[in-house]
Amino acid sequence: MELVLNEDQELIAKTALDFVEENSPVSRFRALRDANDPLGYSPELFKEMAELGWTGIPFDEKVGGAGMGLAEFVLVVEALGRKLAPEPFLGNVTMAGSALALAGESALRDAWLPAIIDASKVVSLAHQEPRSRYDVFAIETRAESGDGGFRLSGEKIQALDAVGADAVIVPARTSGDPGDRDGITLFLLEKDAAGLSIERQVRVDHRNAGLIRLKDVPCAASAVLGAVGEGGRILEAVLDRAIVVLAAEMLGGMSEAFELTLEYLKTRDQFGVKIGSFQALAHRAAKVYMEIELARSTVMAASRALDSGDPQAARLVSLAKARCSDAYVLATNEGVQMFGGVGMTDEYDIGFYMKRARASELTFGDAAYHRARWAMLGHY
Amino acid sequence: MSDLESFRRETREWLEANAPKGVIGVPSAELEGNWGGKKATYPNPDMKVWLDVMAEKGWTAPTWPKEYGGGGLDNAHAKVLAEEMKALRLPPPLVGFGLTMIGPTLLRFGNEEQKKEHLPKICRGEIRWCQGYSEPGSGSDLASLQTKAVRDGDHFIINGTKVWTSYADQADWIFALVRTDPNAPKKQEGITFILIDMDDPGVTVSPILLISGKSPFCETHFKDVRVPVKNVVHEIGAGWTVAKALLGHERTMIADAFGASGLKPRKDSKRSFLSDLAIDYLGEDADGRIADPVIRDEVAAIEMDSRAFGLTVQRARDAARAGHQPGSESSMFKVYGTELNMKRYELMVRILGPQALGWEGPGFSESELDTTREWLRSRGNSIEGGTSEIQLNIIAKHVLGLPV
Repeated sequence: MELVLNEDQELIAKTALDFVEENSPVSRFRALRDANDPLGYSPELFKEMAELGWTGIPFDEKVGGAGMGLAEFVLVVEALGRKLAPEPFLGNVTMAGSALALAGESALRDAWLPAIIDASKVVSLAHQEPRSRYDVFAIETRAESGDGGFRLSGEKIQALDAVGADAVIVPARTSGDPGDRDGITLFLLEKDAAGLSIERQVRVDHRNAGLIRLKDVPCAASAVLGAVGEGGRILEAVLDRAIVVLAAEMLGGMSEAFELTLEYLKTRDQFGVKIGSFQALAHRAAKVYMEIELARSTVMAASRALDSGDPQAARLVSLAKARCSDAYVLATNEGVQMFGGVGMTDEYDIGFYMKRARASELTFGDAAYHRARWAMLGHY
Repeated sequence: MSDLESFRRETREWLEANAPKGVIGVPSAELEGNWGGKKATYPNPDMKVWLDVMAEKGWTAPTWPKEYGGGGLDNAHAKVLAEEMKALRLPPPLVGFGLTMIGPTLLRFGNEEQKKEHLPKICRGEIRWCQGYSEPGSGSDLASLQTKAVRDGDHFIINGTKVWTSYADQADWIFALVRTDPNAPKKQEGITFILIDMDDPGVTVSPILLISGKSPFCETHFKDVRVPVKNVVHEIGAGWTVAKALLGHERTMIADAFGASGLKPRKDSKRSFLSDLAIDYLGEDADGRIADPVIRDEVAAIEMDSRAFGLTVQRARDAARAGHQPGSESSMFKVYGTELNMKRYELMVRILGPQALGWEGPGFSESELDTTREWLRSRGNSIEGGTSEIQLNIIAKHVLGLPV
C-alpha cells in the first residue's frame, strides 16, 4: 500500500476543500444550530454535493456510484469535517448506503441505493441501543415472525441522520441473545410504518440524531435486507467503513481546530510578546502537530486496507479510530486552553470543535474500546 | 516495470550465488562486527566475505554513484535489493556512520578530491567514522562549541575536547565541528566542519561509563593536532550549514533504529513480542488474553503507537519517492521514535516486575539482565542527537512557524 495521494486523489481533495470553504463556513453550522433547525443540515446543499459526485464515490458504477473507494471518499469527508459541515454523509451515505451495497443484489438495494446516491432519499441505520454501548451485536430489539412477515419491537438511540429520513435500516434479533453475532436481521422500514416513531435527540454537538421507538411494527418479508439471521456480518462490515469515514471527518476537524489555535498563538499578545513564543505552549503545540500527523497516516492506511480487502484491515480501522479519538480530543482541549477565556465563550468556534471531538470519540467506540479490539484481534 | 522485475530476478540469483552460508539469518544483535574499520572484528569469517563481495558489487551503498564505490541504483531498484535481501534473510554487509552520516554529507558538500578519497573506503568497510559535535560545555546549545582551530599555513592546529563521541575507541576518522573564527558576529558563523585522522599525534580517546554499565560513548581530546586545510568540508566558516544537514541524517537514523522496528515476534507465535512477554510473566486468562487488563491495555497502546509511527515514516518515504519535497519530519521522527522506545522499555521493565531488578549474577536470566540494561540505555534516547525539547523547538519554529 502506497501512503501518498495520486494526482486524481489530490484533485478530489482540493476540489472538496475549495467547495466546502466557499459554501460551508462554520457560520453556516452555527446558523443552523441557532435556528434550532430540526434537520440540522441543508437538503439543497446536500443535493449540490451529490451532483458533484461525492455521494457516489465509494459505490460501484452498477448501482449508480462512481466506482472509486474509501481512499477517495475520506478526502471529501475530511474537507466536510474541517468546517463541521453537517450534511448526511455518515449515517445516510456511509452506513445505510454500505448496508445496502454489502447485502448483495436485491430489489431493496436497487430501489434505495441509487436514491441515496442522487440525494433524492435519505436513509439512516439505527445500530445503537440504550444498553448496547459500543457492541454492535448487543441488540435487544426483537423481530417476531408470523403471517409471512415480522413484527419489530424495541428502541434505538442516536441514530445518525434519522431525523427527516425517508427510511431507517433497523437491525433486530430474529434469534439468539444480545451479544450474539448470529441471529441479527436487517430490516428497511419506511418512515410512515405503523408503530415507528423517530424523535429528534439534541446532542452536545448538534449532529442529526434520532431516538427511534418500535412498537410492534409490522414488516413484510420483502423488507429484509440480506438473509434472515445474517445481518451481523453486514453490520460488522458497515461499522468498519463507518469508523474510517468518521475518523476522516475527525481528521479534518482536528486539523482545522489546530490551525485556528496556531493562528491565535501567533497573534495574541500577552506580557508584550506573542503567546506562541512561550515554550510551555509551543512544545504542546508541537505535540498536537505530531499526533495529527500520526492520525493522518492511520486514516490513509485504514481506508486503503478496506478498499483492498487487506486481512489487517480491521486492526487498522481500530488504530485509526483510537488515534483520531485521542488526537481530536487533545487538539481541542489544548485549543480551548490556549485560547484561554475566549475559548470558553460560545462566540468562538473552537468550542464547537471540542464538542464535536468528544461526540466523535464516543461514537463507534472510544480509544480504550479500540485498544481492546486491537488486542483481541492480536490474540491477547 | 519489466525492468524492475528482471532486476529482481537477477538480484535474487546473484545474492543466492554470492552470499556465503554463514551470514544467512545472523541475528542483528551479533552484527557488532559489520561496522567495518581497521579494528573490525567479525562474528564469523563469512561476514568478512559477505562484506567484500557486496562492496565489490557496490551494494554496501546501493544508491551512491558507482564512481565512488556505490551501486548507482535509484530508490526503486534499491528497494528491490533490500526486499530480496530480507527475503533471503541476509544481514546488511556494513552499517555505521560512514554510510548513514558522513557519506551522504560528502556527497552533498564534499569536493571531488574528498569524495574520491573517502567514499570508496567507506563502501569497502576499510575506515570507520565517528562524530565530534558536542563538548563538555556545549550540549543542547551546540553552536557555543569552543574546540579551537588556528590556521598555520596549510594546516589547522586543533585544541579542545569532544564528548559523546560514539564508538570513538573503535573509529579511524572523526568528522568534527571546530571554531575557526572566535570573533564572528554570530556564534554559528565561526564554525568549520573538518575531517580528522584519529591516528594523528595529539588525538586521545577515553571511554565514558554509563548508568547501564556500558561504554558506547567516549571523550575525545585534541592537543595541538595538525590537520590539513584540505580536510575542511564545504567552506571555512560554513560548518553550521553542513552540521544541520548531517543532524537531519542522524535523527532519521535514530528514529529508524528506535521507532518503528520494535521487537520481532517469536517464531511460530500468532502474538506480538510484547504480548507474549506479558503472558510469560503475568499469565493468561480463560480467553487466552494477558491476565492483567491494565498491562493488556498498555501493550496495545504501545503497539498502536508503534504502528501509527511506522505508517507515518512510510508516508514520508512514499511522498519522497513520489517527488514531494521533504519537510522537517526528521525532527518529528526523532522525538516521537525515541520517546516511543523509552515507553516500550518502561513497560517491559514493569512486565518483568522484580525480575527486572538484576544487575548481574544468579537469579536473573540473560534476557532479563539485557532488558534492564537496555531500559537504562534507552533513557539517553531523548537526550542524544538533540534533546526532545530541542526537537520540539525545531518543530514549533520551522514547521509551525511559531515565534519561539
